Amino acid sequence: MIEFWVVLTGLLVGVTCGIAGVFLILRKMSMIADAISHTVLFGIVMAYIITQSLNGFWMLIGAAVAGILTAYLVQLLHSSGIQEDAAIGVVFTSLFAAGVLLITLFASNVHLDVEHVLMGEIAFVPWDRWTVLGLAMPKAVWMLLLVLVINIVFLLLFFKEMKLATFDPVYAATIGIPVVFLHYGFMTSISFTTVAAFDSVGAILVVAMLIGPAATAYLISKTIQQMFVYSMLFGAGASVIGYYLAKLWDTSIAGMMATTVGLLFIITLISLKIIERRRKALVHKLEMS
Amino acid sequence: MLSGNLLWVLSGTMLLGIAAGITGTFSFLQKQSLVGDAAAHAALPGIALAFLLTGQKELPILMLGAGITSALSVYCIQWIVSFSKLKADAAIGLVLTVFFGIGVVFLTVVNRSPIGNQSGLNNFIFGKAATMTKADLMWLFISAAIIILVSLFFYKEWKLLIFDPVYAKGIGLPIEALKATLTVLIVMTIVTGIQAVGVILMSALLIIPAASAKLWTKKLSTMLLLSAAIGGIAGITGTFISAIRTGLSTGPIIVLVAASIFFISYFISPAGQINKYRRKMQFRKQGDIG
Repeated sequence: MIEFWVVLTGLLVGVTCGIAGVFLILRKMSMIADAISHTVLFGIVMAYIITQSLNGFWMLIGAAVAGILTAYLVQLLHSSGIQEDAAIGVVFTSLFAAGVLLITLFASNVHLDVEHVLMGEIAFVPWDRWTVLGLAMPKAVWMLLLVLVINIVFLLLFFKEMKLATFDPVYAATIGIPVVFLHYGFMTSISFTTVAAFDSVGAILVVAMLIGPAATAYLISKTIQQMFVYSMLFGAGASVIGYYLAKLWDTSIAGMMATTVGLLFIITLISLKIIERRRKALVHKLEMS
Repeated sequence: MLSGNLLWVLSGTMLLGIAAGITGTFSFLQKQSLVGDAAAHAALPGIALAFLLTGQKELPILMLGAGITSALSVYCIQWIVSFSKLKADAAIGLVLTVFFGIGVVFLTVVNRSPIGNQSGLNNFIFGKAATMTKADLMWLFISAAIIILVSLFFYKEWKLLIFDPVYAKGIGLPIEALKATLTVLIVMTIVTGIQAVGVILMSALLIIPAASAKLWTKKLSTMLLLSAAIGGIAGITGTFISAIRTGLSTGPIIVLVAASIFFISYFISPAGQINKYRRKMQFRKQGDIG
């Protein structure tokens, strides 16, 4: 039963991040997601300091605020003439450093140590349970389900608008689509995803789950719908394979999941190259004959 | 309070800040700041692997391991960008997290092994300058000195490479070799700094001083001097604060000092917000009169 919950949590992380990652890749915002995954720590610590509790709800709020703040600050610095990569670098390292400092100063006694935030401990997930509507499931599963629903609702509501705002932002703005609202709404959903997943896989490795499966899907997809399906499959696959590899070698589950994400990407890229080469050789042969 | 050892550590982190300020400026101008971030994270698997293979925690061995995986990560990013349709940001993010994930895997193996518990490898995540020994500091001094000297040596060539690569190629400069040297220097800076600042925040030392200096000047030579000065000040002040209050990691404090300098520059520098606002008001006034 314990294994069931761990695998289920991993699957949920994979699917939730897989969905959220698609637009990240298409909008070329991977590094902003990386930045948010770091600054979410700052939001969580602030939420803890203000409320003095580790309530999941306040953490979500804190993380969302920190995520939006990050996106906003990057935008602000960028629009005042600082190149984007440096703007991202300045914002996330400063907020992350502030988060680490605040933890060591004010929250060192609680269950909020930095290593846990960074690496997560998915193996502990089954012991922290919430009972909602008579159903006792691990807290992480509840949080992930909630965020998965939020992400899906956001997509269902704004899929067309997001698509247009991503591929032709100027046109989207002219016909009155709220591009800025969509940008920050999307950033909020990324922050939610990060904080829900951070408890199990850690704040940094959640980025592997956000970027990796979607990037792999991007290699082989022809349409955006295809990309969503592949991305979810890769995310779920990476988490399950990663879990069993970690069990096999008795090592960090989150770390192994990220490693598997990388493996899946490399395998896909290389097989794609081989197929391409074969096809070219075939065409060449046919032309010759 | 200024014990002999602290004085050594302080001069070490200052030198590190200067070296990072210089190489950071070049990588900033090449728009490679986030590649530096990936390379810094990628040092983690190298450190853990070097320890696993040799069973020693001699700094030069760990530094060598870190250097190899850092350089490999930069190579991977370039490979992915040129061999797939993925954009640079996705390639950087993917390589960064996957390398860090592999690092966490190895680190867990190290921590669970009987010799690993006291290895102190975890300190490499956030850095602990106070734990540096004299021998560690000697390595830091040597490597920082090499970085600074080599940067000065290639100053003219890199300047041309950054601002006019076409012309540089035209007069026969070995562009690729120069780029590779710069990458090696950046990796070397990262490797030098990880023990004091940690893998996660090392990139801040490359990015923030350069970004702050850019707000004050448009001239490369001035920018390099300023960036080096800001890096040095951040290194020395941050280490000093973390030495007074025990239990604080050095990395975050150095970064916060650097961030404060950036923040101040953002407002009061010639290209800063206050000046911009004043100019805007002036224009408006002139408009009213005319």
